[in-house]
Amino acid sequence: MNSKGYKLIQGNEACVEGALAAGMRFFAGYPITPSTEIAEISSQKLPKLGGKFIQMEDELASMAAIIGGSLAGLKSMTATSGPGFSLMQENIGYAAITEIPCVIVNVQRGGPSTGLPTSPAQGDVMQAKWGTHGDHPAVALTPNSVQETYEYTVKAFNIAEKYRTPVILLMDETVGHMREKMIFKDISEIEIINRKKPSCKPEDYVAYRPDEDMIPPMASFGEGYRYHVTGLTHDETGFPTNSNEISEKLIKRIVNKVGKNIDDFSYYEEYKLQDAEIVIVAYGGVSRSAKSAVDALRKMNIKAGLFRPITIWPFLEKQINNVSKNAKEIYVAEMNLGQYFLEVERVAGKNCTVNKINKINGELITPDEIVKAIGGNL
Amino acid sequence: MNCNNVTKEYYRVEKLPHIWCPGCGHGTLTNTVVRAIDNLKLNKDEVVIVSGIGCSSRAPGYLDFNTLHTTHGRALAFATGIKFANPKLHVIVIMGDGDSSAIGGNHLIHAARRNIDITTIVFNNNIYGMTGGQYSPTTPYGDFATTAAYGNIDKPFDLCSLAQGAGATYVGRGTAYHAPLMQKLIEKGLQNKGFSFIEGLSVCPTYYGRKNKKGGAFKMFSFFKDNCADIKTVEKNPEKGKNKILIGEFYNNSKPEYIESYQVIIDKFQG
Repeated sequence: MNSKGYKLIQGNEACVEGALAAGMRFFAGYPITPSTEIAEISSQKLPKLGGKFIQMEDELASMAAIIGGSLAGLKSMTATSGPGFSLMQENIGYAAITEIPCVIVNVQRGGPSTGLPTSPAQGDVMQAKWGTHGDHPAVALTPNSVQETYEYTVKAFNIAEKYRTPVILLMDETVGHMREKMIFKDISEIEIINRKKPSCKPEDYVAYRPDEDMIPPMASFGEGYRYHVTGLTHDETGFPTNSNEISEKLIKRIVNKVGKNIDDFSYYEEYKLQDAEIVIVAYGGVSRSAKSAVDALRKMNIKAGLFRPITIWPFLEKQINNVSKNAKEIYVAEMNLGQYFLEVERVAGKNCTVNKINKINGELITPDEIVKAIGGNL
Repeated sequence: MNCNNVTKEYYRVEKLPHIWCPGCGHGTLTNTVVRAIDNLKLNKDEVVIVSGIGCSSRAPGYLDFNTLHTTHGRALAFATGIKFANPKLHVIVIMGDGDSSAIGGNHLIHAARRNIDITTIVFNNNIYGMTGGQYSPTTPYGDFATTAAYGNIDKPFDLCSLAQGAGATYVGRGTAYHAPLMQKLIEKGLQNKGFSFIEGLSVCPTYYGRKNKKGGAFKMFSFFKDNCADIKTVEKNPEKGKNKILIGEFYNNSKPEYIESYQVIIDKFQG
């Protein structure tokens, strides 16, 4: 781990540094552009900290291995891109229903399928929420700089540990591969959250009985609390049930433990929104262009502002609703054909016009393109 | 330990009776796993049993250890994470034939290749039982299944050869009829520092048996009794192996174990 100070590093490297600071000691992954550096750097750094790195046979196995690693007590992470993210969906659902904390990094590239392996895209936004089958909690964070990648990787672990749920760090190739100044804080200045452990005796442990906060304390395998974990719908003891009532209760609890606590991890940035009539909504790499576009529009005497969600899932409904009340028009700029747009329009559509600015050719949307898209409509 | 005590000590008695059909071989095979653990006096808190999806994979739910019922085919990948993260744990994986060699085939060969210290036991009943009798990668050529209405034209895997070829350092085969042998193979597998693969031939009278007119559970168990030959006997007298299913210990070798090799790296580079 790097000590206090600053250094020029890549987004993917910052992700590993953040993970190590958060306490990651287990990484399982499979090579895929543009996320591979995360695996490479993890393989170099983990053994130096007594941690474990393993290159699995595919992404299905990588996702399974980190769940196993986490259940055995180590904070665990994997990193991938679109095609691998598709394969991980199966066991992301398993982590969700078994409430095993882990972090999944997706450095997005062009899709579908093999798509544009070396180019940025934001086409996995909906997949990050709905990729695995069934109703489930979804948490995804989208950093837009090297510094933020570090900080939000730490936060991703904290949310995963606190709420016992898989958390997705949804990067894009722009952020993963850019190099910027990264300021390292002293490790003691970083908030680190660890999973809640049972305080009762093993014989009194009911593995999936939640506390008042809806989260059951989690024992690691090998700590003397022998219990059962299954991907089948289960009751509080962790054993399968066909009870309609218990099934509904379980799924509602795992969804609500995240959904009802959204204020705890609602991260976003507001830029020149005070008097903004035109609001650009953008996240990840595109938000950097959007910020420049706001400044350019301001110079043209257009009252523009930026709302940048960092927590992309759960959807920041309250904040988007507030923004839309004061706006005349919202423009959602993203490197897909309008995925986050659907959610913004659902919430903001009743208050103002919601437009989209999209690009899916493997290039980042430029400030100029945003300015032109908005100027052309004025 | 006698039968009642084994049950009380190692089973989650309140979860019984099990879901397996009358005549199924899986209960007997599960018991051989438990008896092997008992004989080796492993600490229950340090035993982890991981399974995938299917009839065999319901076994861990009845057993009083750290138990993990995972997704179809992925048990070994989960187990790899557990064992690597906490090498003190004794990790046992129970899978079925479809689970381990169709959907999980890739994980099987790679776990074997790494020679990670996991003991894998495959309950092979030559059929997908949980979904109602479809052909699996070990259904014999020409046999019938609900998805092989005109006879199976797939050629079956020899799971033990597959595991050995992929790098497993301990390989053996028993059957639900040859329970003492099965138990011994599992014990030796657990003592092997590396990837151990034990195939337990099971019977599925409900689906495979009925579809192929095998005559019910008694006849199917009797088939094992009359048609298996121990490799040691056959090595001395090859005639005795003619048209028989080979059982016994097939391979026992030592190679660097994955986690020990990784520990060497940690010891060298840890600051």
